[in-house]
Amino acid sequence: MNRSVDPKKVNSELFTLTYGALVVQLLNDLESVEDVNKHLDRMGYNIGVRLVEDFIARSSADKCYDLRETADKLQAAFRMYLGISPSIANWAPAGDEFSLMIDTNPLTEFVELPDTCSNMRYSAILPGMVRGACEMVHLEVSFSVK
Amino acid sequence: MTMSLEEESRLLYGMLFSLKSFSNRISPLDVQEGVQCYTTNKYKMTLFETPTSLKFVCNTDVNAPGVNEMLQKLYTQVYVEYVIRNPECKPAEPITSELFKAKLDETVRMSPAFSSKAA
Repeated sequence: MNRSVDPKKVNSELFTLTYGALVVQLLNDLESVEDVNKHLDRMGYNIGVRLVEDFIARSSADKCYDLRETADKLQAAFRMYLGISPSIANWAPAGDEFSLMIDTNPLTEFVELPDTCSNMRYSAILPGMVRGACEMVHLEVSFSVK
Repeated sequence: MTMSLEEESRLLYGMLFSLKSFSNRISPLDVQEGVQCYTTNKYKMTLFETPTSLKFVCNTDVNAPGVNEMLQKLYTQVYVEYVIRNPECKPAEPITSELFKAKLDETVRMSPAFSSKAA
């Protein structure tokens, strides 16, 4: 079967299933849902630290002068790496808080959480990634998923 | 005067930091590019800094062309590919990957800054 495969792109279903398998394995190893959340966050942080350099290299981004530019860059990064286009909304009056709205989260397709895991933040890897990336460009953020 | 690599890098870092803070203070406008290069009559030092404060420094001949582009190319094609994507290369540790060194060597040799001779 001849398929021209871009080595940097992966089938999105494979990605979703891989992430699901990862979370299941973490649950089996760690047992506690809180521990899994923390672990996912830490993994996301480590990924974000490295991912930001790749993002800067690919998009030749410069330093952002205010949070709105940061929000735009975050949008571009989501588009580049996950293929989704989040929209930016809910700017706080002081201009220091905003929401990224994701319509279809590729990580959570096909996923149902059982009642035992109702505390789990399944996409906890995403806030970790954003935090790691922002810290590397000297911006302290707190990012949470609702 | 010989000094170890660590001492030299500390001296270099101190000098670059002072140079940057000095230029930030005397600049009348907001700093965009920052310090890029300086030239003495013996050599030229070019600095490329990423938004993550990673610094690439290169000392060349006074007339060497295209050093900034070479440093940018080094960042995107060599550092990101062979260091960032390498799980063995931990941040803040010296890079020991032989592949990185080989690619670095190759990229520098191919750049116009390396091959051109002063007229």
